[in-house]
Amino acid sequence: MRSAMTWMQRTALAATIAAFGVSGAVAADTKPKGEPIKVGILHSLSGTMAISETTLKDAMLMLIDEQNKKGGLLGRPLEPVVVDPASNWPLFAEKARELISQDKVAAVFGCWTSVSRKSVLPVFKELDSILFYPVQYEGEESERNVFYTGAAPNQQAIPAVDYLMNEGVKRWVLEGTDYVYPRTTNKILEAYLKSKGVAAEDIKVNYTPFGFSDWQTEVSAIKDFGSAGKKTAVVSTVNGDANVPFYKELANQGVSAEDIPVVAFSVGEEELAGIDTSPLVGHLAAWNYFESIDTPQNDDFIAKWHKFIGNDKRVTNDPMEAHYIGFNMWVKAVEKAGTTDPDKVIDAMIGVSVPNLTGGYSTMMPNHHITKPVFIGEIQDDGQFQVVWQTPGLVPGDAWSDYLPESKPLISDWRKPMSCGNFNTATGKCGGAGAEKAAAN
Amino acid sequence: MMRLVRQFLVFLLIALILPIGAYAQSSDPAALIQSFGGKQSFDDTEAVVKKLAAAGDPQVARALNALSKGDLVYRKSDNQVFIASGRGTVDLFDPLTGTKVGEAASRDFSKVRVKNSIRRAVTDALGSLTLRSPDPNTRMAAAGTLFSTATPEAMKTLDAAIAAETVPAIKTKLEEARAAAVLKSDEPAAAKVEAVKTLAGKGDRETLAMIRGVAATSKDAQLKQAATTAAVSIENTIATWTILQNVWYGLSLGSVLLLAAIGLAITFGVMGVINMAHGEMVMLGAYTTFVVQELIRTHAPGLFEVSLAIALPLAFLVSGAVGLVMERCLIRFLYGRPLETLLATFGVSLILQQAVRTIFGPSNREVGNPDFMSGAFDIGLMSVTWNRLWIIVFALVVFVALLALLNKTALGLQMRAVTQNRKMAAAMGIRTPWVDAMTFALGSGIAGIAGVALSQIDNVSPNLGQGYIIDSFMVVVFGGVGNLWGTLVGAMSLGVVNKFLEPYAGAVLGKIVVLVLIILFIQKRPRGLFAQKGRFVDA
Repeated sequence: MRSAMTWMQRTALAATIAAFGVSGAVAADTKPKGEPIKVGILHSLSGTMAISETTLKDAMLMLIDEQNKKGGLLGRPLEPVVVDPASNWPLFAEKARELISQDKVAAVFGCWTSVSRKSVLPVFKELDSILFYPVQYEGEESERNVFYTGAAPNQQAIPAVDYLMNEGVKRWVLEGTDYVYPRTTNKILEAYLKSKGVAAEDIKVNYTPFGFSDWQTEVSAIKDFGSAGKKTAVVSTVNGDANVPFYKELANQGVSAEDIPVVAFSVGEEELAGIDTSPLVGHLAAWNYFESIDTPQNDDFIAKWHKFIGNDKRVTNDPMEAHYIGFNMWVKAVEKAGTTDPDKVIDAMIGVSVPNLTGGYSTMMPNHHITKPVFIGEIQDDGQFQVVWQTPGLVPGDAWSDYLPESKPLISDWRKPMSCGNFNTATGKCGGAGAEKAAAN
Repeated sequence: MMRLVRQFLVFLLIALILPIGAYAQSSDPAALIQSFGGKQSFDDTEAVVKKLAAAGDPQVARALNALSKGDLVYRKSDNQVFIASGRGTVDLFDPLTGTKVGEAASRDFSKVRVKNSIRRAVTDALGSLTLRSPDPNTRMAAAGTLFSTATPEAMKTLDAAIAAETVPAIKTKLEEARAAAVLKSDEPAAAKVEAVKTLAGKGDRETLAMIRGVAATSKDAQLKQAATTAAVSIENTIATWTILQNVWYGLSLGSVLLLAAIGLAITFGVMGVINMAHGEMVMLGAYTTFVVQELIRTHAPGLFEVSLAIALPLAFLVSGAVGLVMERCLIRFLYGRPLETLLATFGVSLILQQAVRTIFGPSNREVGNPDFMSGAFDIGLMSVTWNRLWIIVFALVVFVALLALLNKTALGLQMRAVTQNRKMAAAMGIRTPWVDAMTFALGSGIAGIAGVALSQIDNVSPNLGQGYIIDSFMVVVFGGVGNLWGTLVGAMSLGVVNKFLEPYAGAVLGKIVVLVLIILFIQKRPRGLFAQKGRFVDA
């Protein structure tokens, strides 16, 4: 029964892909020949970020493997080149240079933290290559050589806050780790909340260091802030490792999701794998993908992932879906351009549309961000999420937030003749003063 | 077929017991509960909860509780609603009476989906429904819920409940809930003044917000006066409790620092080895706990509550053995060469991290909290979490045990002799290399024990140790190298100072301020709080 289902789903998926023009996808038994096309994978396999990034490396290896089984790309096999930047930001730039100049990769899939992305940017510009960045980030950036397949703030943070407002939340704690992504996101959220009429005294912003583990004071401050008689929620941009002690402290001090729900932007299935989630039931996360979403594409993806990694307990998460989308877009663009030449592929990327895992299609837009659905999920006692709300349609990623005064007039369009990532509509110039100020932040 | 008949009989029985006339057809609880069945929107489910609450039959509490916990299911074939427990093959219970009605495979059933607002509606509904429950804990919870949700209309119910209540603590809670309802109503000012007085005794932040609201909006001078006075008195109570709470948090952070640093106080403090792999010993202890719990889960689930007690000696042995190997194979060649020791142990720390990453994978591992370490209890306005309390106790026990070992045993005597004057000790017939190895193994083993405790509050990941290494050195240097008491006082005072700074300066700045203070302190007293005196300290 189970295998029959999967077979049917596979057929359906293959038919869908074929129908949308990925030629070669169904030519399953012709083994690709010729000079391999190299694909760079730039994810930390050691150090602090290994916890999140190792999974993405495995996901990429799986995707490349699948593509080779389908006949490779342009009739040539794909060859992954894996390097380990060891959670060391300058090393990211060195390894990126190595991938592009020595290994001559056609495109690179990689980075997690914003600081690693910023560190490799100059390299990709100088050597004119392509980076696919799969993680939700703070926005305020649009580069010709980078394709952002993770969520921009308007594809994650803003819809989450809208949902909570709808649920009657009046008081807000913005809790984050002290670095660029939470700070920028919170700045956008603060401006957004104020534009919706939330008073300044009903917003509390707090930052903690990386890897923070003693949350007693913060959690009791949240409890105090929440006992003012108005419905309170916590918007958490707390990063990776600090989350487990944060949630444990919330549970121990008896902060339940009924009283003060916590909506997180960096907590997914992978992060919950390290905690007993029964006290956390009802806390929220906003993503563009959840493992629990029931579509044939997703079932197929999860089955393939379990088979590839050899462990039925390994979960899938949002950045993995982002790589899935990004990789398929790149494949499609290369086929459209008929070459792996970065300049031609960059131009061919815009407008490419591929199925995502949640039953829809994601399209690459002129600002190098993609369209995505937004889901709000509640944590369940099995470590998965139950979707409680989703945007009615796809949300296009907005590189420059409309809620920050310095980035409001900026737009990004990499199509000719504009070809500009930060066109200032107020001054009519590419890269106005506003852009520099926004970038400096 | 049989099941249907049985259900029908059960239903008939209930119908007979209950005064049938009291329930109109639309608010029949059994029928209402059945309307949870089938695919429906969250709003539909919430509407049913509200109807059940309005029906006012305490019997529905069981179904509501199950709904909130996610145990309420419906059969996919006929939308019949049950309470289910277990996985795979589930036991089915009647949602109204709770009698077992059968077993079935879980895939034939769907959960009635709930979200936060529904759980909240359930809690509110249960608040008024369970006010007369025979179980005092349930009544207590109900009174607590009513405090924040009570409407003026609930006053009558509350009055009846107060009159019937026999437990004084619950009676107080009910009176407070009634007072809160009075403040929201349009009762005369005198009654409200009474209510404010009742609430002033409760004195937490929620009450403060309520009374402040009265003080700000009231037109009656006397009421305004009473509310203002009450608000000031509550503020004072809160301020006192805040200080106590900060001290408690500080001690708790201090005990974590103490646990992390106490092994280092031996290897670095007593032996003078700059052991950068100290954090990894802590990590190995935490992973030992994980392995022990995994084995218990698969082989003897009944032992889970004592998993930590089993893990303690094992963690000591694992980390101690690794420490012993490190000392014999590496560190003994480097005595007296601190720079090389630093680099070599740093290398070892990287090797250990990557080894653990290769074996256990890079992601966090789940280490469960036994029941006695979960949850919290309240002392006044302060909530004390059990895991923190146990960790403080545990840290002190480890400290006392180590102190006794150093001062009361032959090994301790030899250790002190060797560190104070190696040549003289050797001349007295002590095998100094053996003592070195044992001391290092002891320090590492203690770090492993600390790892068991830290696995309860932190991530169990390959990076666990890195977070503690700097803090550990800070504590040992601040407390005075080579002095266990210094480590204790150093850890506790750093913890308390940190927690007093945090609410004002924030966690990031607080940590920076603490570091700056330590630098200044070390400038004045380079040997730390409790400097060791004597001729051979530097030898």
